[in-house]
Amino acid sequence: MPPSIDEDSPQETPAYGVAIYTALVPPPARGPAPRGASWGEEDGCGRYIVRWDGLVTGGFLGFVARRTAAAIPTLFGVTVIVFFMIRILPGDPARLVAGLLASDDEVARIRVQLGLTKPLVVQYGLFLDHLLRGDLGKSIKTQAPVTSEIRSRLPQTALLAATATTVAGVLGIASGILVSTRKYTAVDYLVTVLALAGVSIPVFWLGLMLMLLFAVFLHLVPAGGATGPLSIILPSITLAAFSIAIIERMTRNSMLESLQQDYVRTARAKGLVERAVVYRHALRNALIPVVTVLGLQFGTLLGGAVLTETTFAWPGIGRLLVDSIEARDYPIIQGVVLLFAVTFLLVNLLVDLLYGYIDPRIKYG
Amino acid sequence: MATSIRASSTAKAARDRSFRHPLEILERFGRNRIAAAGLVALLVMLTASALAGVILPYDPDAANLELTLHPPTLAHPLGTDQLGRDILSRVVYGGRISLVIGVLAVALSAAIGIPLGVLSGFYGGVADAVILRVIDVVLAFPGFLLALTLISVLGVGLANVIISVGIASVPIYVRLVRGVTLTVREMTYVESARATGQRDRLIMLRHVLPNAAGPIVVQSSLQLGAAILTAAGLGFLGLGVRPPTPEWGTMLGEAQTYILTSWFIATFPGLAIFLAVMAFNLLGDGLRDALDPRMKVL
Repeated sequence: MPPSIDEDSPQETPAYGVAIYTALVPPPARGPAPRGASWGEEDGCGRYIVRWDGLVTGGFLGFVARRTAAAIPTLFGVTVIVFFMIRILPGDPARLVAGLLASDDEVARIRVQLGLTKPLVVQYGLFLDHLLRGDLGKSIKTQAPVTSEIRSRLPQTALLAATATTVAGVLGIASGILVSTRKYTAVDYLVTVLALAGVSIPVFWLGLMLMLLFAVFLHLVPAGGATGPLSIILPSITLAAFSIAIIERMTRNSMLESLQQDYVRTARAKGLVERAVVYRHALRNALIPVVTVLGLQFGTLLGGAVLTETTFAWPGIGRLLVDSIEARDYPIIQGVVLLFAVTFLLVNLLVDLLYGYIDPRIKYG
Repeated sequence: MATSIRASSTAKAARDRSFRHPLEILERFGRNRIAAAGLVALLVMLTASALAGVILPYDPDAANLELTLHPPTLAHPLGTDQLGRDILSRVVYGGRISLVIGVLAVALSAAIGIPLGVLSGFYGGVADAVILRVIDVVLAFPGFLLALTLISVLGVGLANVIISVGIASVPIYVRLVRGVTLTVREMTYVESARATGQRDRLIMLRHVLPNAAGPIVVQSSLQLGAAILTAAGLGFLGLGVRPPTPEWGTMLGEAQTYILTSWFIATFPGLAIFLAVMAFNLLGDGLRDALDPRMKVL
């Protein structure tokens, strides 16, 4: 994944602007920051930002090329895992796919259909070859190509994920800014409690409760399905809840850090009104690490989409995945899992690149 | 050295403070009322699920088809479910299942992740690079999806839920412990232990692991909450512990069908998950503050 979470070693040469540490050890206790870098703020869930302030060689294009190249081995590893998913099991994958009641003839047919009679390396090669041509095999249940099954459901999930990401970003950042200027007031404590609830609440239960309140008791919105514009309100809020909390914490901590910087003092000293100080000087810099967390949260959203779609009978690929797991339709499971993982990788790569682009402290030479 | 002075001086302060008396930690923890509330909530939960057979008049699996989907009454304070089973009994017994899943899953991921993290950080080199690569690949399957993928391969059932949830959080432990190890490896006391000819294994056990203990305890508390949440998610999808076992997530999944007519059936098992996870999160944050007062409360 995100190459961004992994520059743990103080010995590593800084490559570019940011890394997030997943450790709970406060950074200073882990020794000096790497050469040319400085420790940054905690994101509210035990991760730390590290900034490389050094010069990045090779220009922005070189940086883009290096980051993209770094994602390729991971992408390769993902295809290996997805390929071996049904092959690591004890027993005969063909029997597994065919089901317990299938006849021997049927199992033999499926074995040939899955290419299981060939050597493993050849099978993997064929898998990659087909993958590159956009062929993910056929659904066992419907015999339709996996790609077309996914394509027919994809727009619904994309819509849900995009709406939830927007909701999470807007509400998370807005509430984070709000409390950062009202540190240790009643509002701050209230939002802190809400954030704690947000990271503790089961997403599917939140969905059911919202459905009970707004659909069953108040009849304001439909209870489930993708029927009209109103039907996306509850699923997107449900899905976004966890991320709103994380982004709020991150924004708050980042803003508090930013508000203590010299440039904010300078801005105040030259007599700027507080609003200009907060929004024009502190916020712009504080938002840079938030962008990275937004990317990481996208992964949470993809995982949560499976639960949210099931709760609200939303006809997306998360629901398709759950149905396929129940039906042991492995080609579809492989396809959807692969799609989720690749999407997450690409989003994180994009966030990485975006970060390199927007952080003015990184210089390319 | 281009390192800022601030970073290195606080690093020194942190080192000096890292040996704190257990009583001081306890006192600091006790002063944090929210964290103490989390601990109390957990103790109540533990006691209730331990004494479930004594304090509850009903068998959680006993169906009563004459009293199905009955709203809360004095006899059944949380109502009855679609088979007339007492929801309160099922929720309390469900605490056992969820706690067992949480504890065993976290133990599994710690048992795999901690040794990997120590070895990776201590020796570095090729093994380190390989472990990090593998972890990168594993983390490409975002959050809940990893456990979901594992369970789809392993099949449903209590043991498989524990394995899936446990394996899914191995990377977190590897990263955490590797980070601590990298720091400790450079300390003078490790150098002197090496100079006196102590074996690597002893250095890891005596010097590296004790330093990692604090962060591991904090992370494990947070991880317990996360594991319960993930397991409940699997149960909700019908891919967790099989019915009629009263697992909270599985109960919610079954309740979904009846939610339009019987509000109570889905409300209470979910509330139990919510409170349990929140308690573990509060405890984790409290422990983090107690072990390292310089860090912020969530």
